[in-house]
Amino acid sequence: MSDLKKEFLKGLWSVIPPFRFVLGLCPVLAVTTTMENGIGMGVAATFVLVCSNFLVSALRNIIPDQVRVACYIVIIATFVVVVEMVMKAYAPALSESLGIFIPLIVVNCLILGRAEAFAKKNPVALSVADGLGMGIGFTMSLTALGFIRELFGKGVIPFTEIQVLAQPFDFLQKAPGAYVALGLMLGILNVIGKK
Amino acid sequence: MEYFTLIVSAIFINNVLLMRYLGLCPFLGVSKKMETAIGMAFAVIFVLSMASFITFGVFKLLAIAKIEYIRTLAFILVIASLVQFVEMFLKKVIPALYKALGIFLPLITTNCAVLGVCIININEKFTLVEALVFSVASAAGFGLALILFAGIREKFELARVPKPLQGTGIGLITAGLISLSFFAFMGMI
Repeated sequence: MSDLKKEFLKGLWSVIPPFRFVLGLCPVLAVTTTMENGIGMGVAATFVLVCSNFLVSALRNIIPDQVRVACYIVIIATFVVVVEMVMKAYAPALSESLGIFIPLIVVNCLILGRAEAFAKKNPVALSVADGLGMGIGFTMSLTALGFIRELFGKGVIPFTEIQVLAQPFDFLQKAPGAYVALGLMLGILNVIGKK
Repeated sequence: MEYFTLIVSAIFINNVLLMRYLGLCPFLGVSKKMETAIGMAFAVIFVLSMASFITFGVFKLLAIAKIEYIRTLAFILVIASLVQFVEMFLKKVIPALYKALGIFLPLITTNCAVLGVCIININEKFTLVEALVFSVASAAGFGLALILFAGIREKFELARVPKPLQGTGIGLITAGLISLSFFAFMGMI
């Protein structure tokens, strides 16, 4: 039980992706123009991560070592297609604004990285706990970045129409702002982590 | 003229890396040295032009069979096997080129720029020629950004970067500044 808890909690702080564990950056920058998109992307990635970790771990004794990466990609791609279809059916607006970054979850290195580094040599329960922790950590990071970029870039409080800044800092909504904001957040987390 | 606009827009205005955020992992991973950055840039141009050609055909087949929804799965399989095939082919036929690109080829499978551009080709409903032109120009844009970034990053060896920002942090901020300079191209078209 304590093992499960440990694997779950590590994704939430000590190796929180993408700050401590710099993988899967493309969606992080692309979709966090609003907090809502950030949460949507995080949930989608978490679902794929948990499912792929589960299946990779369950099949770990069957998959031959030489073709394992190809097998992982097929497993991940299958779940991504599921997410793509579900989102198109039940959340068309979100699916529209996330655009090509939904199919691109396939090549998110975080998911392939967890399959290769963790799920292929650990039992099912531990792998699911690891996937869930990493996924929730990833969602938290996306939410935080989305919150900052929406609040300062657009000047509105997320999920409301309330304008708090008369002169929004438009830079943060664009690509350069995304890079700089992520870089600075990474630096801040490094400072906090040093204690 | 139409193709010229497409090329300029893919390289400078909608640069695949700096504006569309595709292919960041190799961007941060292989840009520490100029040589590796150049190798990666050419490997991406090579694979992306072939991948866009093949995925274009594959999508037509999927459309005939009315199973477009497995597009993502089909594309990633095509790209993965293409990369593997190119690697074996080069090793056998053009060993010199294999030596130059060798270690970068396997990394390209998980480069989201490749899959991303193939999907954009389909979403924008490009014709085959447009898709090819767009893919090569996008890959060239990726290469340009990568090489520019590597040039700057080599200088960091000598710079005194604040401790918490060392490595990825300062890399991202630099990428932001390069991206900002590319904003100046926006008025061109």
